[in-house]
Amino acid sequence: MTTVKHGFPWNHLIGFVLSILLTLFAVFIAFETDFSKTVIMWVIGTLAIFQALIQLFMFMHITEGKEGMLNVINIIYSIFLALVIVFGSIWVLTSGHSAIH
Amino acid sequence: MSLDEFFVTGDPLILASQIAIGLTMIGLIALVTYLKRWKWLWSEWFTTVDHKKIGIMYILAGVLMFFRGGVDGLMMKAQTSRPNLEFLDAQHYDEIFTTHGVIMILFMAMPMLIGIMNVVIPLQIGARDVAFPKLNALSFWLFFVAAMLFNVSFVIGGSPDAGWTSYFPLAGKEFTPGVGNNYYAIALQIAGIGTLATGINFIVTIVKMRAPGMTWMKMPMFTWTSLVTSIIIVAAFPIFTVALAYMTLDRLFGTHFFTVAAGGDPMLWLNLFWLWGHPEVYIVVLPAFGMFSEVIATFARKNLYGYKSMVFSVVGIAFLSMLVWVHHFYTMGNSASVNTVFSLTTMMIAIPTGVKIFNWLFTLRKGRIEFSNAMLWSLAFIPCFTIGGVTGVMLAMAAADYQYHNTMFLVAHFHYVLIPGVVFAVFAGLYYWWPKMFGFKLSEKIGKWHFWLFVIGFNLTFMPMFFVGLDGMSRRMYTYSEGLGWEGWLGFSAVGSIVMAAGFAALCYNIYWSFRYAPRDIGNDPWNARTLEWATATPAPHYNFAKIPEVTRLDPYWDMKKKGETGLKKSDLKPVHMPSNSWTPIFLGVAFGVVGFFLVFEWFTLAIISSIGIIIGLVANSFDYDEGYHIPVEELEEEERAWRGDLK
Amino acid sequence: MTAHTSANVPLEYQTNQNQMNILGFWIFLGAEIVLFSTLFASYFVLEHNTAGGPVGHEIFILKDVLIETFLLLTSSFTCGLAIHAMRNNSKNGLMFWTIITLLFGLGFLYMEINEFIHYIHEGATIQTSGFTAAFFTLLGTHGAHVSFGIVWIALLLIQLAKRGITQVTARKFFIASLYWHFLDVVWIFIFTFVYLKGMVM
Ligand code: HEM
Ligand SMILES: [Cu+2]
Repeated sequence: MTTVKHGFPWNHLIGFVLSILLTLFAVFIAFETDFSKTVIMWVIGTLAIFQALIQLFMFMHITEGKEGMLNVINIIYSIFLALVIVFGSIWVLTSGHSAIH
Repeated sequence: MSLDEFFVTGDPLILASQIAIGLTMIGLIALVTYLKRWKWLWSEWFTTVDHKKIGIMYILAGVLMFFRGGVDGLMMKAQTSRPNLEFLDAQHYDEIFTTHGVIMILFMAMPMLIGIMNVVIPLQIGARDVAFPKLNALSFWLFFVAAMLFNVSFVIGGSPDAGWTSYFPLAGKEFTPGVGNNYYAIALQIAGIGTLATGINFIVTIVKMRAPGMTWMKMPMFTWTSLVTSIIIVAAFPIFTVALAYMTLDRLFGTHFFTVAAGGDPMLWLNLFWLWGHPEVYIVVLPAFGMFSEVIATFARKNLYGYKSMVFSVVGIAFLSMLVWVHHFYTMGNSASVNTVFSLTTMMIAIPTGVKIFNWLFTLRKGRIEFSNAMLWSLAFIPCFTIGGVTGVMLAMAAADYQYHNTMFLVAHFHYVLIPGVVFAVFAGLYYWWPKMFGFKLSEKIGKWHFWLFVIGFNLTFMPMFFVGLDGMSRRMYTYSEGLGWEGWLGFSAVGSIVMAAGFAALCYNIYWSFRYAPRDIGNDPWNARTLEWATATPAPHYNFAKIPEVTRLDPYWDMKKKGETGLKKSDLKPVHMPSNSWTPIFLGVAFGVVGFFLVFEWFTLAIISSIGIIIGLVANSFDYDEGYHIPVEELEEEERAWRGDLK
Repeated sequence: MTAHTSANVPLEYQTNQNQMNILGFWIFLGAEIVLFSTLFASYFVLEHNTAGGPVGHEIFILKDVLIETFLLLTSSFTCGLAIHAMRNNSKNGLMFWTIITLLFGLGFLYMEINEFIHYIHEGATIQTSGFTAAFFTLLGTHGAHVSFGIVWIALLLIQLAKRGITQVTARKFFIASLYWHFLDVVWIFIFTFVYLKGMVM
């Protein structure tokens, strides 16, 4: 049985507060500033990635356990796949004659 | 819906099959009852979680599906053997090439390879089972139920008929009403879930359960390729899951993912299908590469040439395989830059593949080659597959592909890849690992008939297709007129397919003959092999290894034999933990099948009611805290003493 | 399953089988990433094809979406607290925070169902256009995951009540927590690239 006591969950609390703040910040950027749409998308997209990282590292403890390294490789590979699927599909389907807009 | 809409009627061929299926089922049930084997079937096979038995069931199902797909192929060959034949009409021809393609890829190639992986991988890495034995059984039953669901379409409700690619808009409700294509969407969905689970299972097995000392670079080649295949499965199958879900929604629930008029995009289907479909090709071909590597190393009596470059090329192929999908639809109207980029990535795949070909050739060089059947298949693979590969590079050039696209040239190409790459490999694997499963070898003599008939028949069948293709015959044509200069080639090709079928018959006869007459006293290492699966008894005991072996180098068993370290000490024996049988996998499989069937017919109330079955299965599974059992040392001792003289 | 108990490894990692289950689940999450990115890709391809039906910014309501987001973010936080309690070997803490998590999850579902009803009233059903098909499928898949998670975790609570924190239940709760956090990650991307993007562009 584990004997180590874990103290106050600062990690979780900080992660939670950060994610709330990042969400509000994204809303602020989106509606209260007059950046161009492209800039807004880049900024809020980056904020989303930060939030995802907070979940992964502060809540899901991705690096924990014997397979921490493998977990990280697995997630990086999946992100690579996600980028290929998203940007690949958009590129293929919206350039050239196949675009139906 | 009236009964004659439910059953397919009006075609004598189909009526004959309906009667045959009915009689076979009654016959089987009667036979099992007569032999009083129900209990045995249930406790030894239906509820088993033993990877070896699951593997055998996969292989058995795969052979059956090969038969079904092969009959489809022969019927197509018969129909096009002469101009203007009316053996099959257009509709029937469409149905047959569709079921042929789907069955061959998803219900023949996949289960055969996954079956052999199941039998071999845990043994080859010195493990007692896969990481999640119950999940493994579930994967099998999902596959099996899906295969049955798909196969029943031609007698109940009607076959899918929009090709194995089922492109929209053709595959939509508007152009393909009826339930045929629902079978496609739903059966493949069920099979896909099972396959995804297999992928996860084998990754974890290979990562976490290797024998002590077996580091990454000491893993046998087949283990490597199976690992990479599993990774590609996990990467690619979810895409297909989504694509099939869209298809189901469009067909059953009236959404407009793929209908242009309502803002859908049929090209989205093509894009998603091939995002999965191309990796799928590598999923089936990579384990085959691994099997050839094992067989060639064993029968050349040398270690695999360029092991490291082999590993890197497999990983490279996995990586590139996700980046080439557009080469299946260059003619869709993509921008020039899209086609250019995908031409390049496609051609790049030829590099790691070429590396592998040369590695096999260099392994053979100066080897003391033994021409066993497994080796013959591997040797025949190299030139035949190279033809497939080289024509593939021709197709990879987008500009040239405008000429080849959707012609018989393409059909010839992918059969030259898939038949040597998958079927030859499965044959090689079966001859090689057959003793491991059943304790006797398949006859080498009958095997020679099988080999020569099949290889010659294969080349006779598909070589002519390159030429009719270049002569302008497009694929999926059910008939053609005289005087196009095709009939000579196609007649020739039809004869070839009969020769190939004779080869398959020789295999079946070989299995029958060997079951009855082949000698049983072949020892544990009949091929003088190199890897761990041969370090235990043949056939493998249910606990695989009495003591988990320790690995110090590549080809560990070869090393152990050289050093005389194959023995076992009594003091090393400890009780072995085993997983218990479970009814939930087969139950869940059947439940998925029932829900699937109702969905195919769009009987939603019944589907919802019967999904309670799935829920029961899942809940029962969650509450199952069975921890397995232990095999006592005495039992291990007895079983080990039975085959090895050297238990000290 | 033999227990190699060692004091400084959390309970859920203590057996080899447990480690394998956790690794397997991470790989499953990799597959889920691929699944959702396919749904996103299709959404991006179809989002402008409204075929005369409503456009995103005409029907999205920022306030409701924000409430959903906060509900889910908070549930992810309380789920983390549940695992924290589990690692302190506090069965009651684990129970308590898990139930709170589920309540937030139910709140999220309630909001989402209302949101869907609202869209249907606005004339945007799943059958309206390419855009709505992709939109509802993406959202629906996420929502179905949340619903599945709620039922699954509820079943785990029964097992916890019966068995207490053991190596097996600890592993199950840990895996469920990974699942729950993951759904939050997906939601962040939905929030950003479906709602905010739809309202900004
Ligand atoms: C047993 C010997 C086989 C024969 C005689 C055979 C014959 C054929 C023929 C005649 C076609 C249709 C050509 C057309 O009209 O378009 C075809 C299509 C196809 N075959 Fe085979 N084949 C065989 C084995 C295989 C194997 C082993 C595989 C895969 C592992 C395979 C996969 C396919 C696929 C995917 C198609 C395309 C179906 C479609 O157009 O939708 N075949 N085959
Ligand atoms: Cu391809």
